[in-house]
Amino acid sequence: MILAPLIVLVPFAAALAGLAVGRNRLAAGRVAVIGTGLAMALAVAAAVVVWVGGPSVDEWGTIPTGWIPISVATRADGLGVTIAIMVTVVAFAVQVYSTAYMHDEPRYGSFAALISLFTAAMLLVVLADDLVVLLIGWEVMGMCSALLIGHHWERPEARSAAVKAFVVTRLGDVGMLAGIIVLADLTGSFRISALESSAVTSVTLTVGLVLVLCGVVGKSAQVPLHVWLPDAMAGPTPVSALIHAATMVAAGVFLVARLNAVYALSPVALAVLAVVASVTMVFTALAALAQDDYKRVLAWSTSSQLAYMLGALAVGGYSAGLFHLLSHAAFKALLFLGAGAIAHAVGTTMLSGMGGLRRRMPLTYTVSTLGFAALVGLPPLAGFFSKDSVLSAAEDAAVHGGPTPGWAAWLVLLAGLVTVLLTAAYAARAWLLAFRGPPHWGTAETGVARSHPALVPHDPPPAMRTPLVILAVPTVLLGVLAFVPSVVSGMLDPGDATAAEAGGISIHLGTAALSLVLVGVGAFAAFAEWAQLGRRDPAAALGSFRPLLADGLGVDRLYDSLVVRPLVGLSRLVVAGDRDVVHAYVRGAGRAARALGALPHAAQVGRVQRYVTAVLAFVVVLALAGAGAALW
Amino acid sequence: MRLAFPLVVSALLFSLGVFGVLVRRNAVLVLMSVELMLNAANLNLVAFDAWWSDALHSGQVLTLFVITIAAAEVGLGLAIVLLVFRNRGTSDLDDLGLLDESAEQEALPDDWLDMDGAGRVAPGREAAS
Amino acid sequence: MNGVELAFVLLGAVALGSGFLVVTTTRIVHAALWLAVCLGAVAACFLLLTAELLAWVQVLIYVGAVVVLVLFALMLTRAPIGPAPGAPRRRVLLAAGVAAATGAVLLLTALAGLGDEVIDLEGAEVGGAEAIGSALFRAWVLPFEALSVLLLAALVGAIVLSRGRPDEDGR
Repeated sequence: MILAPLIVLVPFAAALAGLAVGRNRLAAGRVAVIGTGLAMALAVAAAVVVWVGGPSVDEWGTIPTGWIPISVATRADGLGVTIAIMVTVVAFAVQVYSTAYMHDEPRYGSFAALISLFTAAMLLVVLADDLVVLLIGWEVMGMCSALLIGHHWERPEARSAAVKAFVVTRLGDVGMLAGIIVLADLTGSFRISALESSAVTSVTLTVGLVLVLCGVVGKSAQVPLHVWLPDAMAGPTPVSALIHAATMVAAGVFLVARLNAVYALSPVALAVLAVVASVTMVFTALAALAQDDYKRVLAWSTSSQLAYMLGALAVGGYSAGLFHLLSHAAFKALLFLGAGAIAHAVGTTMLSGMGGLRRRMPLTYTVSTLGFAALVGLPPLAGFFSKDSVLSAAEDAAVHGGPTPGWAAWLVLLAGLVTVLLTAAYAARAWLLAFRGPPHWGTAETGVARSHPALVPHDPPPAMRTPLVILAVPTVLLGVLAFVPSVVSGMLDPGDATAAEAGGISIHLGTAALSLVLVGVGAFAAFAEWAQLGRRDPAAALGSFRPLLADGLGVDRLYDSLVVRPLVGLSRLVVAGDRDVVHAYVRGAGRAARALGALPHAAQVGRVQRYVTAVLAFVVVLALAGAGAALW
Repeated sequence: MRLAFPLVVSALLFSLGVFGVLVRRNAVLVLMSVELMLNAANLNLVAFDAWWSDALHSGQVLTLFVITIAAAEVGLGLAIVLLVFRNRGTSDLDDLGLLDESAEQEALPDDWLDMDGAGRVAPGREAAS
Repeated sequence: MNGVELAFVLLGAVALGSGFLVVTTTRIVHAALWLAVCLGAVAACFLLLTAELLAWVQVLIYVGAVVVLVLFALMLTRAPIGPAPGAPRRRVLLAAGVAAATGAVLLLTALAGLGDEVIDLEGAEVGGAEAIGSALFRAWVLPFEALSVLLLAALVGAIVLSRGRPDEDGR
């Protein structure tokens, strides 16, 4: 279907056009919005074609490599087009939002163009049928993400966050590349369709799949490669909303879902994924409890929710995991755009600089409340249905068996329940500190004077308000999909016969009730502490654990001492070696040349008589030689 | 007369002239030593002319030419020496080292290839020749 | 050894002796005067070898003009009157070595090849004005004319050199 490459090429063209007109803010904004809007329309059209007519796989050309050729192939199936719609909708909302949010910021033109390029890369990942083509889109996404994080490169924290994001995800991508090569060697082709049809359970397959998981862990910010996501919040808020909430980090989840049929053949790989997901869920939720920055709370929360999705996929809950992906995209992007509105209003994203915004910013308050409610999983919002479908899938796998070993499924279930409690706690804390309680904006803590004329917080301008409202709709209504599981399965159909039996969405009332109870406990704990402390930060109850949790349990420091310092020391060693060993040869060569040159130099001192002496002496020698030759 | 006599005298005179050219410090004295050498050559030419009994007297005629040329050369040479004396204030060859190249290039410092901490070649080194 | 040879030996000794003094004396003006003696002795040698015209030309031009020129040059370059410092010892030895080698080569070549020859002075045509003049203006006229051009060039060159630049020192 020609629509598939078009969907990729339109935002790419918008990126190029955006770079060309970059200096003209108005033109750049228009190009970006129109490009993304057009891509959205094309995605919807493609979805209709696929849902009605069935999936299609097309090859547009091959690139010979000397080994296995890379085929430029696209695959338009239920999974692909659904995610494509999600990506383009969120991207469109973010582009519209950015025209207002980035109004006074420098380099808006390149910003919008990079977001268009990113959209094109993500769509390439979603619609590719060849693992190398997918990898290309994957890496371009990583590059755009790093460039966008570092948009405010005047600030050192933005610069270092961009480098950190790039390096950490790259680290995972090395494993992923190795995995792709192993898988290609196994099946003789880079095509995903070839992989699906010819893969059989084997150790090599497991090794390849686990290596691919390295890339997933890096991109989706799971433990141990999660460290880049909280720091990536140094980028502008629309970037956080699009890339680090809804789309790029979801690419890891998408990849596992895309290869679902293959992963089902390797229980070991799934068990590894389950363990990683479980650990991440709890770990990152704990860290979110102690953060001081609103956006960082949301970042750690993203890692935690992504772990939910990966956990669902690990236990065979294909549709559940993807359902949670969709609903998370909606409510997390909503929360981030709301954070942007707050930052626009009070000048900071620190929780200590907010408070009492309920009356001043009613619209933002309303949509953010809906977002938080979806995050913790309150009915009838989408988050409730999606999260509980994940928990139910885990329960099914634990009790009735699935592609994962039983212990892994139980682990996911338990971790999921614990995380429900923790999620409720940190979400309630963030909501209370930002919107309720006494106002702290305009105080010395935020560094912005209360007398600042523009600093009476108010709801954002229309260009920022509209996307908030748009995203609130799926946040609320997406839950209705839970009632039509067959539709969901059809939507997400990966177009392969063997995966047609992938689990649909089912919700067990017992698990749902348990999770609601846990939500109540967590939220109540946060609320009670808040009230007891006189409406102050309930995280103080964590006592001495707080700094440790806020620091991400010291993982950054661990990496610093394990990796960064030895590397820096090694590089200093190399520099010293270069200077003292290699350069010594160079200098020595120079000195030797000089010394050698001093010898004939003595003949060039400009004393004429010395020259004549030399000439005459040589003539005499010649004459003697001639005479000698003549005599003999 | 045996031919050997003039030849010996001229050879010895020539070597005396060579010695003078190489050893004398004053430029004028060097030119004088050159005259000695030329005279030795002239003596040689005349001796051979007498030995050959040349009908064209080529030896003697050539000697005439040599004398003329030597006169011209010494005139010009002394003019140059005077000019040099005017410019440099000395006619001592040991003080006239204009062709001397030994002091022109200063040595590069030993650490000119080193980088400072930020990865730049040590500043100021680019100025050394 | 007949008389001619004896005379020649004596004159040769005078030439060599004064030549030696020219190149070794520390008094520069004396060197110029010893040069005159040397050139005179050579002129006498020419006489002994039947080159009469040449001998007088030698006296006229060399002793008369060249030595005077040299003395003028010494005066204009403020040559010191008393003893002047000589060259460093190392250079003297080196130069002596080269000179000795040169002399040795020349002597060896000459004596090895021509040591036994005899000049027939009785039968030689005397190189008087008539003989040299007719040779000069018949067989050697072309080089003669070229020589006059050379002298012109030398004259012009000397004038140009000694004039200096008018704007520099106004002389």
